[in-house]
Amino acid sequence: MSRLSVLDLWKGYAGAPVLEGVDLEVPAGSLTAVLGLSGCGKTTLLRVIAGFERAERGSVSLGGRTLDDGRIYLAPEQRSVGYVPQEGALFPHLSVRENVGFGLPRRERRGEQVTALLEMVGIAPLARRLPHELSGGEQQRVALARALARRPQALLLDEPFSSLDASLRSHVREEVHALLRAQGVTTVLVTHDQEEALSLADTVAVLREGRIIQRGEPAELYEQPADERLARFLGAVNVLDARFERGTALTTLGTLQLHDDQAAGEAAGVVMVRPEQLDVRVCDNGGRDERPAGLEGRVEECRYYGHDALLQIRPEQAGDGELLLARVHGEQALAVGTRVTVAAHGRATRLR
Amino acid sequence: MSTLAPSTPIAGRFTRAWSGRRRWPLVSVAGGVIAAALVLLPLWFLVVEAQQSGWSEVRHLLERHSVAVLLWNTIRLTLACTALCAVLGVAAAWCVERTALPARRLWAVALVLPLGVPDFVVGFGWVSIDPALHGYLAAVMIMTLALYPLVYLPVASSLANLDAGLEEAARSLGLGPWRAFWRVTLRQIWPAVLGGCLLVTLALLAEYGAFEIVQYRTFTVEIFTEFKLGFDTVAACVLSLVLVALSIAALAGELSLTGRGRSARSGPGAPRRAPRVALGRFLLPVLAGLGALSGLALGVPMGSLVYWMARGSSTTLPSASILSAAGHTALYSACAAVLSTALAVPVSALAIRHRNRVTVLIERLAYLPMALPGLVIALGLVSFSVRYAFSLYQSALELIVAYAILFLPLAVVGVRSAMGQASPRLEEMGRSLGARPAAVWRRVTLPLIAPGLGAAFALVFISAATELTATLLLHPTGVNTLATQFWAYTSEFSYGAAAPYAALMVAISAVPAYLLSRRMSTLGRAERSS
Repeated sequence: MSRLSVLDLWKGYAGAPVLEGVDLEVPAGSLTAVLGLSGCGKTTLLRVIAGFERAERGSVSLGGRTLDDGRIYLAPEQRSVGYVPQEGALFPHLSVRENVGFGLPRRERRGEQVTALLEMVGIAPLARRLPHELSGGEQQRVALARALARRPQALLLDEPFSSLDASLRSHVREEVHALLRAQGVTTVLVTHDQEEALSLADTVAVLREGRIIQRGEPAELYEQPADERLARFLGAVNVLDARFERGTALTTLGTLQLHDDQAAGEAAGVVMVRPEQLDVRVCDNGGRDERPAGLEGRVEECRYYGHDALLQIRPEQAGDGELLLARVHGEQALAVGTRVTVAAHGRATRLR
Repeated sequence: MSTLAPSTPIAGRFTRAWSGRRRWPLVSVAGGVIAAALVLLPLWFLVVEAQQSGWSEVRHLLERHSVAVLLWNTIRLTLACTALCAVLGVAAAWCVERTALPARRLWAVALVLPLGVPDFVVGFGWVSIDPALHGYLAAVMIMTLALYPLVYLPVASSLANLDAGLEEAARSLGLGPWRAFWRVTLRQIWPAVLGGCLLVTLALLAEYGAFEIVQYRTFTVEIFTEFKLGFDTVAACVLSLVLVALSIAALAGELSLTGRGRSARSGPGAPRRAPRVALGRFLLPVLAGLGALSGLALGVPMGSLVYWMARGSSTTLPSASILSAAGHTALYSACAAVLSTALAVPVSALAIRHRNRVTVLIERLAYLPMALPGLVIALGLVSFSVRYAFSLYQSALELIVAYAILFLPLAVVGVRSAMGQASPRLEEMGRSLGARPAAVWRRVTLPLIAPGLGAAFALVFISAATELTATLLLHPTGVNTLATQFWAYTSEFSYGAAAPYAALMVAISAVPAYLLSRRMSTLGRAERSS
């Protein structure tokens, strides 16, 4: 079990900077997802940690051992860092078994250990096949077994599931997740899929324009993103104008509690409320004299996903602001035109 | 290789060997520079030789050899042959690939096989049965029959891979079948046609044996005669430089014509095969035409060889001499193939893994011998060895080096494509799985490029085994190869004695010609089934 530390890492290609001072701490035995759009430097970060590229500035260390700091530079084979590239990169001239055994000493290549690995990732029956005879998911598993065979101190996964079909992806993802948990290996996974990052990782670090702009547990990131752009990247949002008073935000949806550390600052600004935080109730015009709590509006569009539905609601009174997004259970999907009242629960997140 | 220089397990050393893909991989650079220097060496010595005689002497030489006549002879032959090869090659390829021709596979093989008969053997085949054949028309006919497969092969493979959708689109836009062929199909296969024509032109400029047999004076024949019979090295070198200029002009011409308009397919998926055209009432004329072509190109030379072998068996053959000639041919060709392939590895590695201005220049230089006739390379090496290393003159080593330079482009083609498919990602994976650079080279890179190395070796071996011109100039005194012994007998009109040597050379080079035609049809099949 080793802690992986990346400190103030700089790297560029042909004069164009790619990584501009990346700091990343991965606690021993945990899984950190590095989330970012394509071209943000995710793969470059992994390649520097693996030793395929040298850092220009900064340092990489693993379990207290310096891998690269400008003066010391360990070759990839001396690092004990496993790497699973996006496309698998299996050796096409070697069978599945020979691929998995590649990194082992000659004597152990035919031994029980390789068989155990093949069984662990569920591809034992395919041991004699060549890579081109495997499906995408099978290739990924072989690549994973091959990287784990040498018991690396850290494992790097470069978009390991993006080449798989949607139906296969979640399945393989869960298997790999369980496997990594069981192995307890310090893991960095890079991805552009926020759902993948949030559901798999202990910690998510967001990489944008060569820097880590936020790092935290998945829920923390989702609920309190650093800025509006990240908030929208992680999921649908309602962004509301607000006035702030004593730790609360006054919005069209009423008075909402702010997160504890966000009370200070100017008197007016913008807050974010996730669609899941909105409670939607159908207005009952049955003559009952009960005044419905919350903002009144009309359903303008309903996108139905099966397990849930996303409603776009137009507030009825002029000046009540823009469309509101509300996520409701699938069975609560409403017809367009339905009159509803909307209220919010939970805390609002101040964006500026 | 490049990054995989053997190294010691000291971190500092690793740093130097691996760290930068920007840094120079010393082993590869050394190899690439040697290859480039070897290519330039003969050219350089031609220039030195020519320069020492001074300009007025050069002008005098050019006048004395009536360069205008030689130019006219060479150019009118090249134009006529290239045009005929283009027409025959395209027509034959279209008939085989796009019509419902009976016994297609058989035709596909029969039309490629003439490639396996050395040009001077084709010349021998014709002239030995009809000694009256000589001059321009004989030269045009013989060289066309010997070289048309150079156009046929690339065009046939281009037609086989052509997407039928394009022609169908043209037809649906109102073009008739002929105009669709002219405006769409021909445009698509144009690069293949031009590429084939370039190969024909370069082969014509380099050819000596066949023209000597039909007594037709081109540059190459004149140079050979001047050097071998006139012992005038300066004149030979000056004329050689003119010949090189012609070859380079042909190369530049092809480049400028191909540069415009590439054939590209948009959209995913494999191209769809066009349906084969039913021949109907054209069936008999087409069969007769193809039959005549392969009969003249393959049947006559083969028949003549068989005839002379049968007659020659009465005159006693010293079988020991053919064995020793075959042994020497095999030895020299194998050494040349190893050397050429070994030089092609760093050249390809640099061009693919460390692409920059210098490595691209090295790669281009490695392709330059395509435009250098064997005679020119041999002359340059002779000039070099006579001046600086007389012990090399007419040594086996010099001949082997000449072959290696001459056929370096073939080796680079073979190795480069294999190296291009061996992804550097795989080498990185090997490193990250704990293998040292040398081990990665042995366990990952080498197995991946092995097929390419094998193809390069085979191509060079076969080409060297059937090479005549450079061999005549450079073969060690008292040692004969198949080609030189064949030539010696042919020059004495001992056709019966010459025939077995020719047959052996044909046997050696027919194998790859056959494999080439087979490979093409299996490639076509694979693409259709996918």
